[in-house]
Amino acid sequence: MTGNIICESSEMGRILERIAAAVLRRNQGRQKLALVGILTRGVCLAQRLQRIIREQSGLELPLGSLDITLYRDDLAQATHHPVLRKTEIPFSLDGATVVLIDDVLYTGRTVRAAMDGLIDFGRPQSIQLAVLVDRGCRELPIAADYIGVEVPASTRDRVMVRVAECDGFDSVTVMPRSASPVSSSGGE
Amino acid sequence: MGFRRKDLLGTRDLSADEIRTLLESAESFKEIAERPLKKVPALRGKTVVNLFFEPSTRTRTSFEIAAKRLSADAVNISASTSSVVKGESLLDTVDNLQAMAPDIIVVRHKSVGAAHLIAGHIGASVVNAGDGANEHPTQALLDLLTISAHKKLGPGLRVAIIGDIAHSRVARSNIWALTTLGITVRVCAPPTMLPRGLENIKGVEVCRRPEEALDGVDVVMMLRIQLERQDRLLFPSLRDYAAIFGLNRRRLALARPDAIVMHPGPMNRGVEITSDVADSEQAVILSQVSNGVALRMAVLFLLGGQGHE
Repeated sequence: MTGNIICESSEMGRILERIAAAVLRRNQGRQKLALVGILTRGVCLAQRLQRIIREQSGLELPLGSLDITLYRDDLAQATHHPVLRKTEIPFSLDGATVVLIDDVLYTGRTVRAAMDGLIDFGRPQSIQLAVLVDRGCRELPIAADYIGVEVPASTRDRVMVRVAECDGFDSVTVMPRSASPVSSSGGE
Repeated sequence: MGFRRKDLLGTRDLSADEIRTLLESAESFKEIAERPLKKVPALRGKTVVNLFFEPSTRTRTSFEIAAKRLSADAVNISASTSSVVKGESLLDTVDNLQAMAPDIIVVRHKSVGAAHLIAGHIGASVVNAGDGANEHPTQALLDLLTISAHKKLGPGLRVAIIGDIAHSRVARSNIWALTTLGITVRVCAPPTMLPRGLENIKGVEVCRRPEEALDGVDVVMMLRIQLERQDRLLFPSLRDYAAIFGLNRRRLALARPDAIVMHPGPMNRGVEITSDVADSEQAVILSQVSNGVALRMAVLFLLGGQGHE
């Protein structure tokens, strides 16, 4: 595989442990704390965070998954046909503190869509954002509360996150767009 | 994987891949009906026109709810059958609609091919909600969605369709969709209600008696006897029909013990299906209605959610 490898499995584990600890520290004493992953890789990361938090503190946080397809602002322009996957939020969001989890924070449009989606399920007391990679180039005024690794990349770069549950292995790589494989399956 | 059509006119020309894409999307849309706020913004600013030249409550309402849950603006037009005959006047109606720039037109008409005619005439997407005795694709797809909650769709599955096959667009669309997925379809009807040539379709078995059709099947689909066609003497009396072709406990016992019973509605209790069967645990008739909304959301989303190249 070409491209610049930013991190691999063991390091990704350490990064997630750090995020988990920060989530616990910041939300000490909160009654309703919940994790919601953005499909697809955000959900894998959320599941790992849930497990780490259980190991670190014994807390069993409720976990949901959110598909943002129906909330995208580019449906009319999208040339590919997005496949809708299942949103599952099996707990009440009213009054909850929700940690939204995604793999890469880029333009901020996914997070905007995810917040609209979450709010359709109830009125959370607050929403926090955790991302494995912040690659910059925001198009909306959105910032993450927990950042695993900052990767300053230009719009000409492609930042790929792969997680073992979806891709068979963990990695974060940066490569120029032209060099990236066409049918690449990693999250961007 | 994908669904890239402008229109949904029938199940006959859908590939297995397209059918599965529609069903998978619909599966994801089911969840929206369970939310406190049953609305998503996917089709905000799109206009869906329900153009019904035939009476319909269930299908029209289902499309209307589907459109509204996707945040589209839904407009219902019920043209009386007497005001529109055929050909030019239908296209004139459609031209007038087109001038108001709708994105999707859902059409039901008594003439075979009406939806196809409209689809070829305008730029908006067209969904066939029933054209004469030809096709009613969303009903067949919601039936498949309902079956998929209980059974694995594919070769090995056996479905019996019993009733007025000849006049049923539901049967026709189901036969095309089911056989495309490799599912065996047994059809059974009085000879006056059985179209010729069905046995030539790969995967279709024609049965003379309902007992034969029901033997060991996984799914039983009963069709509505159209009481309004009674003057055409397709069978001697309703009582005779019920006695010979109606689904009762005794006949249902011939199917697999875990068989599900379906009916596209509205039911004539005591004619094609007895009340105890219609209300039994094996009946999934109301699930069909709930699934109808999710399936139609998927259809409207896939047709109207993005530009067509």
